[in-house]
Amino acid sequence: MPALELHDVRKTYTSGDDEIVALDHATLTVGDDEIVALVGPSGSGKTTLLSISGGLLTPSQGSVVVDGKDITTYTAKQLTTFRREEVGFVFQAVNLVPFLTARENLMVVNDFASSRNHKVAKQRAEKLLDELGLGGRMDNLPSQLSGGERQRVAIGRALMNEPALILIDEPTSALDTKLGEQVMELIVGEVKGRKTAAVIVTHDVRMTTYADRSVAITDGRLAA
Amino acid sequence: MKLGLIELFRKPARFGVAGASLVLLTVLLLFLGGLLDGLYRSSTGLLRSQRAELVVFSSDARESLIRSRIDPETRAQVEAVPGVQSAGGLGVALVGGRVPGEDELANLAVVGFEKEPNSMPMLDGVLGPDQAFADRTLEAAGVELGQVIEVGAARTPVTVIGWVTDTDFLQQGGFWVQPDTWRRILGESRPDANLPPGTFQVLSLTIEPGADLALVAAAVDAATGTTTTLTRQDAVLALPGIREQNSTFSSIIYVTLFVAGLVVALFFALLTLERIGLYAVFKAIGASTRQIFTGVITQAVVVALVSFVVGAILILLITQVLPTGIPIAFEPARLVQTAIGLVVMSALGAAISLRRVVKVDPASAIG
Repeated sequence: MPALELHDVRKTYTSGDDEIVALDHATLTVGDDEIVALVGPSGSGKTTLLSISGGLLTPSQGSVVVDGKDITTYTAKQLTTFRREEVGFVFQAVNLVPFLTARENLMVVNDFASSRNHKVAKQRAEKLLDELGLGGRMDNLPSQLSGGERQRVAIGRALMNEPALILIDEPTSALDTKLGEQVMELIVGEVKGRKTAAVIVTHDVRMTTYADRSVAITDGRLAA
Repeated sequence: MKLGLIELFRKPARFGVAGASLVLLTVLLLFLGGLLDGLYRSSTGLLRSQRAELVVFSSDARESLIRSRIDPETRAQVEAVPGVQSAGGLGVALVGGRVPGEDELANLAVVGFEKEPNSMPMLDGVLGPDQAFADRTLEAAGVELGQVIEVGAARTPVTVIGWVTDTDFLQQGGFWVQPDTWRRILGESRPDANLPPGTFQVLSLTIEPGADLALVAAAVDAATGTTTTLTRQDAVLALPGIREQNSTFSSIIYVTLFVAGLVVALFFALLTLERIGLYAVFKAIGASTRQIFTGVITQAVVVALVSFVVGAILILLITQVLPTGIPIAFEPARLVQTAIGLVVMSALGAAISLRRVVKVDPASAIG
């Protein structure tokens, strides 16, 4: 079963009397253990596509199916649950919670769930951080971590809920080339190791080598 | 909620401005409340300490204890009313008293009584004509057990043989004597107010168990035709200035609570603005608006509670250095009311941020 299926997705905004097309009839399928790099210049619609795939935005037209579930008609409440349980996000700005330790930043996903198991979540968070090479930094606040370490914590948070699909926005934009490559290797290793799918948005074509497949997007249209 | 608490304990400085403001407002609220309660206590103790449900005034006195007169005939009519269990005469004279070794006169509310007030032991006639129970507040004026106080214009010598508490009247210390002693002191101080034996200013009535207060009061007034009977609480509120004092202080207290709510509202509005990005991330990874909002309210409530405790400790320390003449009292009920008021207003103030939290777009977390 594909991890993500976008069918003829269109996203438009109105600005006064004008209609702005952010995503234009996009169709994309991502396999259940596939890593797809979405490449395009600024304003091309790649973030919009990522947001729609993760239930952060709803499409104006078309359908979105994640791990076999059609989320197109989900209510806001259903989308909240979907984001908490079905997908993982790695944000461009990392966006860790500044007053939580590395371990707690992973466990925060569990804290938002209605059925919480603190002990299980703690064990999972610690296991993930160990795998990400942060076993000795679990009790550190984000301000005590380096940029690369923060990025790794963010990856761990995205993996916390064992998602079928991970959506990663510009993971290397704030890192130098070497560190960027290390982070990409880490992402690929973690995603492939869990047989999970991922969509990685990037404008750095060098990073596409880490993906199974690259898809270009320009002016809201995906390349054929 | 958990996240809100973690932030509060790990980054307490972020809440310092709101906390400090609420501490100061708590001090102000408790000081005002303490003054109100202190003034109320020292004005109304005489009536509140009565072991009686009703107080009978002469109608022409317009509910003034000082002007009221109840003669023995009227008293007999009152006692004959069904539902009345017993009646006790009561009268007061506001006079000065010379305390041995003190330069200043002690302000005395000399009370002639037939029924012992709450804090007085049952006397069974042991109180002599030249003896008195003094209110503990008179200790501040130098009054001690065994002392002979020269009371009133004629310097009537009266020996203090015991203490009572919370029996003051119109800011003057309760000084409880036999009815005849009171009449003599009253007549000596105010010759125009000389009262014949058996006459009191008011009667305090105990009613039969199960009898209806309002019905008995109405029956008393109907039987005599010359009396106005009030419940003890209404008689307290009829004392000069009490209602005005209560409403004035209460108004200031309510305005202060409103200001507390505004302070919290402003603080959390700014804090929410600062956290829009963080809230967007929370929503993006699956937090509901309710969960985020609960965290905000929890923080406001905890800040209010901690501020209240600090403010309460501060005001208790401040009152230690206040002059003894300032009538300030801290009632447990007032502390609880202030704490609840502060917490509710803080929660309401923080709730102003709800609209902004609702409008946070999770998509903004991703750019």
